[in-house]
Amino acid sequence: MVRSVTSFGRSGLSDWLVQRVSGVILLAYFLYIGAALIGGVDYLAWREMFASTGMRVFTLLALLSLAAHAWIGMWAVSTDYMTERLMGPKGNVLRIAFQIACSLVIFVYVIWGIQILWG
Amino acid sequence: MVSNVKDNRPVNLDIGTMRLPITAWASITHRATGVALFVGMAVLLWLLDRSLSGAEGFASVQQCLDSFIAKLIIWGVVSALIYHSLAGIKHLVMDFGVGETMEGGVLGARIVIAASAVLILIAGAWIW
Repeated sequence: MVRSVTSFGRSGLSDWLVQRVSGVILLAYFLYIGAALIGGVDYLAWREMFASTGMRVFTLLALLSLAAHAWIGMWAVSTDYMTERLMGPKGNVLRIAFQIACSLVIFVYVIWGIQILWG
Repeated sequence: MVSNVKDNRPVNLDIGTMRLPITAWASITHRATGVALFVGMAVLLWLLDRSLSGAEGFASVQQCLDSFIAKLIIWGVVSALIYHSLAGIKHLVMDFGVGETMEGGVLGARIVIAASAVLILIAGAWIW
């Protein structure tokens, strides 16, 4: 049995809401980037776009949304498949190791993104 | 009334033994693309980092994206993004109580898969 101790908001309802709000933010962000790229951009326009405070805040918001969204998603996937029932006791070890690895990757993504935006 | 359900009853959720309905395929693909995007985000962040590092970095990204392998990787990430987004929108629609029946679920899955296929082809044409 998998307990919800590692879930994001420690409640399924909270995770459900966070997953939707972060998903909508990410969708808006990728649509915006897609619209900017579709006509082609040169270096100056690209740099100028990411130099504005509004775009930096939007990008950071998208990054933080990604962190929450990815954690809830990877948690849901790992607690469904990396379980004692499917894999035996090593499923528990594998799941926790996988979740630690995911949280490290998420941490790196956020720090890397901040570095790109303000470094 | 005496319950005849045993605590250690066997569980038959061996997915390999079942024929999956289209809704299950839509759901599994939503998960698989989510995991793929989590990995693909490293590629996107790397591209953003390089492209903003200076005019030379931007040019090197443009040059890199000319190669077939790079285009294939970008198409893969964009395809995952398209499918995951449409499947996510389907979830939001269903959260509002639309298409929650069996027929609605099947129709929703078909719409998401068909619309993704079209958008993925368009994205491929745009990338090449």
